[in-house]
Amino acid sequence: MRAAAFFFAVVCVWLQAAEIPLAERRSGYEFMGRETRAMQDDDTTNPALFSLLDGEQLWNRPDGTAARACAGCHGDAAQSMKGIAARYPTVAGGKPINLEQRINACRVEQQRAPAFAYESKELVALTAYVGRQSRGMPIAIEANDATRPRLEAGRALYERRQGQLNLSCSQCHDDNWGKLLAGSPIPQGHPTGYPIYRLEWQGMGSLERRLRNCMIGVRAEPYAYGSPEMVQLELYLMWRARGMKLETPAVRP
Amino acid sequence: MARVAVTVPPSAKRGEIIEIKTLAQHEMETGFRRTQTGELVPRDIITGFVCRYNGVEVFRAELHQAMAANPLIAFTTVAAESGTLEFTWTGDHGYLANQKAEIKVV
Repeated sequence: MRAAAFFFAVVCVWLQAAEIPLAERRSGYEFMGRETRAMQDDDTTNPALFSLLDGEQLWNRPDGTAARACAGCHGDAAQSMKGIAARYPTVAGGKPINLEQRINACRVEQQRAPAFAYESKELVALTAYVGRQSRGMPIAIEANDATRPRLEAGRALYERRQGQLNLSCSQCHDDNWGKLLAGSPIPQGHPTGYPIYRLEWQGMGSLERRLRNCMIGVRAEPYAYGSPEMVQLELYLMWRARGMKLETPAVRP
Repeated sequence: MARVAVTVPPSAKRGEIIEIKTLAQHEMETGFRRTQTGELVPRDIITGFVCRYNGVEVFRAELHQAMAANPLIAFTTVAAESGTLEFTWTGDHGYLANQKAEIKVV
């Protein structure tokens, strides 16, 4: 009987081994080289600076048939947008919604302007500008009755093997983080600094762009930008990184 | 419009070595890439950078293809006297960007 209980306990531990304990989570920042870290640390050398300036300009520019600027309703972003990015994605009206979609919803409904395309310079800049206001704040995604079904769907996608390489996100980012993949360290996959300036892209990009990269990497068909699957995965990843500090806009190699 | 950013210490001791960092917003299109239909994307890069300290050239750089987008140029000079540092970036298709920074030498 005791042996059976012990065996059961061992199996439980083994089954949970995949998930990284909260205290052992590390931002992608810690896996970067000295020079890349220095680039991110200094606001004047972080190339995301230009995107932030573009974002600030968009924030203050009246747009749409309502001729209203973001600042017209929300005022100073440093006040009104503080902590917002730490709480996205969220679930509204039963649907998962990320920060980009929230910005576009505001554009369409309040400004009466056409939505920005995914990954357009404008949308990335505005998201980075809003995200910047939460830099240094802990990610605050809650698992409650509204978010839990979406969170679990995101987790299922994270743990599901996919693509021709038949790999799940978890196999790299939970089980093998810290090891090298083609010479580059495998990070834990915490989305702590999006939108990021990625040196490989030579520009800015969203978390969804990064996730699509990974999906293409395992030769899976990537989900479309803004699809519920994608946003659920984002939601799960942000929840997985709960309590970690936002670095937006981060620099990544 | 071309955005640039420079970081110069606001003050320094005479004879002190100061670090200057500059960042320019630029795509740095190499001219080697092709579109999906096979047409060459024309080269569009920053080709030159000059820093003048009270009118005297103290640093110059030539830039070429395959240098990173938004090039970050950091260099040092000796703080000789109070005055103005002038930065000029030039490039393809008439690209021109200017920036100035004041320094107080005590």
